[in-house]
Amino acid sequence: MADVTMRVWRGDSTGGDFADYTMPAVEGEVVLDVLHRIQAGPAPDLACRWNCKAGKCGSCSAEINGMPRLMCMTRMDELPTEEPVVVAPMKTFPIIRDLVTDVSFNYVMARQLPPLKPRAPEADGTYRMQQVDVERGQEFRKCIECFLCQNVCHVIRDHEENKPNYAGPRLFIRYMELESHPLDTNDRRELLRQRMGIGLCNITKCCTEVCPEHIKITDNAIIPLKERVVDSSYDPIAWLGRKILRRTKRGAVEVAQDAPAFTAPTSEDRLERQTLPVMVGTAVGAGNPSTAASAGPGAGPAEAAGGTGPTAAGDPFGTDAGA
Amino acid sequence: MADGLTAGPGAGELETHDFDVVVIGAGGAGLRAAVEAKERGLRTALVCKSLLGKAHTVMAEGGAAAAMGNVWSEDNWQVHFRDTMRGGKMLNNWRMAQLHAQESPDRIHELERWGALFDRTPDGRILQRDFGGHRYARLAHVGDRTGLELIRTLQQRAVSMGIEVFMECKILRLHKDSEGRVSAAVGYWRPTGSFVAFTGKAFVLATGSIGKSWKYTSNSWESTGDGHAMALWAGADMIDMECVQFHPTGMVWPLSVRGILVTEGVRGDGGVLRNSEGRRFMFDYIPPMFAAETADSEAEGDRWYDDHTNNRRPPELLPRDEVARSINSEVKAGRGSPHGGVFLDIASRRSAEYIRRRLPSMYHQFKELAGVDITAEAMEVGPTCHYVMGGIRVNADTEATTVPGLFACGEVAGGMHGSNRLGGNSLSDLLVFGRRAGMAAADYAEGRTGTPTVDAAESRKVVDEALAPFARDGGESPYDIHRDLQETMQSLVGIIRTESELVQAASELDKLAERAGAVAVSGGRAYNPGWNLATDLPSMLAVSRLVTTGALARRESRGGHTRDDYPKPDPEFGKVNLVQRFDEQGRLTLTPEPLPQMPPELAALFEEPAASPAPAPGKEGH
Amino acid sequence: MACCRVDRTGRRPGEPGGSEPEKEDKPGVSTIDDVKPIPVTIGGVRGGPAVRTLRRDPWWKSPAFTFVVLTLFVAYTVWAVFQNADYFVGISQHRDLISPLYSPCIVGSCVPGSHGTFLVLHWWMLTPALIGLSGPGLFRSTCYYYRKAYYRSFWQSPPGCAVADGHKRYTGESRFPLILQNIHRYAWYVAIAWNVILTIDAIMAYRLPGDGGIGVSVGSLVLTANAAALWMYSLSCHACRHVTGGHVNEFSKAPIRHRLWKVVSKLNAIHMQFAWVSLFVVVIADAYVRMVAAGWFTDPKLF
Repeated sequence: MADVTMRVWRGDSTGGDFADYTMPAVEGEVVLDVLHRIQAGPAPDLACRWNCKAGKCGSCSAEINGMPRLMCMTRMDELPTEEPVVVAPMKTFPIIRDLVTDVSFNYVMARQLPPLKPRAPEADGTYRMQQVDVERGQEFRKCIECFLCQNVCHVIRDHEENKPNYAGPRLFIRYMELESHPLDTNDRRELLRQRMGIGLCNITKCCTEVCPEHIKITDNAIIPLKERVVDSSYDPIAWLGRKILRRTKRGAVEVAQDAPAFTAPTSEDRLERQTLPVMVGTAVGAGNPSTAASAGPGAGPAEAAGGTGPTAAGDPFGTDAGA
Repeated sequence: MADGLTAGPGAGELETHDFDVVVIGAGGAGLRAAVEAKERGLRTALVCKSLLGKAHTVMAEGGAAAAMGNVWSEDNWQVHFRDTMRGGKMLNNWRMAQLHAQESPDRIHELERWGALFDRTPDGRILQRDFGGHRYARLAHVGDRTGLELIRTLQQRAVSMGIEVFMECKILRLHKDSEGRVSAAVGYWRPTGSFVAFTGKAFVLATGSIGKSWKYTSNSWESTGDGHAMALWAGADMIDMECVQFHPTGMVWPLSVRGILVTEGVRGDGGVLRNSEGRRFMFDYIPPMFAAETADSEAEGDRWYDDHTNNRRPPELLPRDEVARSINSEVKAGRGSPHGGVFLDIASRRSAEYIRRRLPSMYHQFKELAGVDITAEAMEVGPTCHYVMGGIRVNADTEATTVPGLFACGEVAGGMHGSNRLGGNSLSDLLVFGRRAGMAAADYAEGRTGTPTVDAAESRKVVDEALAPFARDGGESPYDIHRDLQETMQSLVGIIRTESELVQAASELDKLAERAGAVAVSGGRAYNPGWNLATDLPSMLAVSRLVTTGALARRESRGGHTRDDYPKPDPEFGKVNLVQRFDEQGRLTLTPEPLPQMPPELAALFEEPAASPAPAPGKEGH
Repeated sequence: MACCRVDRTGRRPGEPGGSEPEKEDKPGVSTIDDVKPIPVTIGGVRGGPAVRTLRRDPWWKSPAFTFVVLTLFVAYTVWAVFQNADYFVGISQHRDLISPLYSPCIVGSCVPGSHGTFLVLHWWMLTPALIGLSGPGLFRSTCYYYRKAYYRSFWQSPPGCAVADGHKRYTGESRFPLILQNIHRYAWYVAIAWNVILTIDAIMAYRLPGDGGIGVSVGSLVLTANAAALWMYSLSCHACRHVTGGHVNEFSKAPIRHRLWKVVSKLNAIHMQFAWVSLFVVVIADAYVRMVAAGWFTDPKLF
């Protein structure tokens, strides 16, 4: 059988380049299979994330021939083989090594999300919901958190400075799930408008295009959210109605404080967090500042200074001294 | 980066985090345990080898078994308990099975409060589906992605509580203090390769499965049995490790996806198994134990889907061990499919629309990975290594292991499922015992005196051992050793076992252990999968050894453990757990120890004559 | 609110030179900016080569096509609007056909016979199409689908998925003027009113004055197709989907709205197709009326 050439990005935060690996083609393989054969052969330290290899965990996100995709769900026989298959890490997130990126941005934004606030249950302590009530939310709960939508979204892909104020498509579907949840009593619209960047999205639909779960992110979540924000903020009739009925909309501050990330426990913690990057390998948690502090250097810039990272020859524990 | 803050992992000093409760593993059980401990107000850490939310729980498809009685009001915990015990061939810890059956409905309802959206019955309750070995439709589900729903709900709950999650951190060893209590866990950050220790007052192991030692498995790379091995090394008792479940329906083609799970829900929703001659061969394999409640004609089996009252269930829905063995026999007899499986056919029996609605991820999985449209053609399936029923011996009520300060829940704990697990019992197991482990760990942590510390010399040993492969020149690649281990376990300790092969496997494992001792890796420490695999090898070898030794000792066939040379269950073996542990001299020993005795009122449940076909249905959901 | 108060010097309290903060009514947080979450780190080193895109497929084809077609449409519309002639076929040709771009014709500059009997702006002597086009123009330009189309093809933001944005700074629809896109819902209400008018136009087109009373001509069919296409376009709109049922959280408690929502959702899935079809149909309808009015040919009566 013919050979396939994989052009894989190798490198870390100090820089990198594509490396070509030519492997024999095998019937029925996906891109991840070929990478595994490269690991078992010419490049045992080729870094890539993967878990289930069946498109259910969303770990193996990368950019294949320029398109953000899951490596485990991209069959080799659907890619042109006359030229090398280019595999690059997700662009929007900082690189850790090779195809592995620091996706902690998404976890930080998830912590800023005010969770479900269910209404009181029935007398027997359980809830009644009809199938039609849960179906809309179920579509969003299919999300496997591969973060391809976050990666492809130009709001943060091309404009890094928007990250602190943009939840991104993955979180928008979560907001929509909660906002339309039949049991929920919270109102996150002001938070969405003021802090989570619903207005930054210009509905160019790339998130929907790359979603491996085929969730209609734009049509079923982002646009409905925008419409709900119109209800609360841009609708003169609704505004009048609120005035007449003396209803107040729940403010962003109040709602935000339902989320753990917004209720920093101590002032020191807050200080620490403002100066430290939150990286993969560190706690996503609130609370202990030392977690963010101690793992940070390894996962990020300090490692960069060392180039290849720590080796056995260096200090066994740390990364700093050895590198 | 502020300088003062980098002092932590500075020269020669191990980065250390202190908590009250440290949970290792962030699948369903680990998350549930952490949520419980956090709810008690304790400082709780959740450490996991991958990113949060990627654990193998996402792969669970069919549902979570709980006798809520939403579809069949006759269902109750006693029936569930009886199904579980019979499915496990009575090797289960009766108390665990009882707690599981009693508490799982509450655990499911709790998830709903936290945001889970299960499929519904017409009157707005949680819909339940049929599954193998369960007398009534009992599995709360969301299409065929229930595991994802469960882990996402727990993950979001954990995040909303502010639990600290340490991602991509592999724990290598547990350390004990002078009083024999577990006091620290040492591991490394995968992104950087720098080492880290967690000290805690109580530790919960929730590390899941061991399947990565087999070639064809539904498990992900994470399922290397780290928790089993760490507990064993820390002195815990392991029970019934030979009981490994081979799920009857894994994909067999293309080769690269061989082993990936095909949910039992396909059969629960009307799919049937056929051999190359087109025969529904399961009718030829109905064991006497289940004959009374299994249909003996295709017509009756087909009627059952619509009318549970007057018909008996089709044999495709027998417990997994029976179905897996039957498929194995068919393939051996030369009546298999072109790629060495059998056919699972739902296309000819249900409408395309129904299949896409009920089994959306199966539809996509086959469409995208195998190019097969399951609404138009049959799937090719075969057994795949799926679950280990054996595991760390725990106290049924507290999930405490035999090592003080160490708790275990989920798949890593043994006893709950006996020799064979029923589908759907795993997800509810995670919830019930995850919560109990979290509670008990919190109790223990609150009562523990003294400050847990890391022993510098011991952690140095762990670190040196982990880093040794970098120093070796010309050693073997970890990938080669892993591949050979998988070949060995697959061919010699697979679904059907026999004395000579097991003996051979034991000697192969000796050789592999020796080779693993000389493994070499190249590159740096930061996100180096070769090195990561090298550090996984000791765990995989340890659990493979436990399985092989247990399989040799259990001279009978029971549940997930089938011996060609002892094809019948042996009542004597049915009374004992095979316990493996390290003795004082550091030798691995195996002792048969009697099962806990069931109280008479529960034992009475098994004396009733096998019930006639199920009585009138409550509310039928589909 | 503390943070937002600006004193007479234009500075916020606490800033150098500003006035000291007054003792506030409420201490602590009062606006969302005061609630500090875990900060997001920005500026990390990214992987991959520094190129605009690694895509090798012809991703530019679709935005280029959109660019060309929309440009042609705008060019034709501008020309047709400022023609200010040949938009009405009246009794002299035994027809009652008005170009959709010029309807409703309610201003002083309308040719005789073309306008209805109500609300005539006698003083308006510019082209009536400015009125006729205002509602539909507002609706179409704030449409969720067209926004995607022109942001991609005209504004290059982004030109394609995983293709770098053409601009350095980006604030999306969060600032003036693009924040005005939020009026789409009201544009939709207006568009519905226009649809009613254009539907009346289509019905009137079956009146063949002085030519046997009522009948079917090609022109009447063209205007009917126009009205139908516009109805489908506006009923499949995302705002319509929200208004009819999308705002409901418990569908089981609102069965009628749920049914409506399901119908609109089905239409909404092909909103893009309706957007293009209705665009072409409007142009065809205008061109047809224009050609008949200019006397190129007479509108054939079918039966």
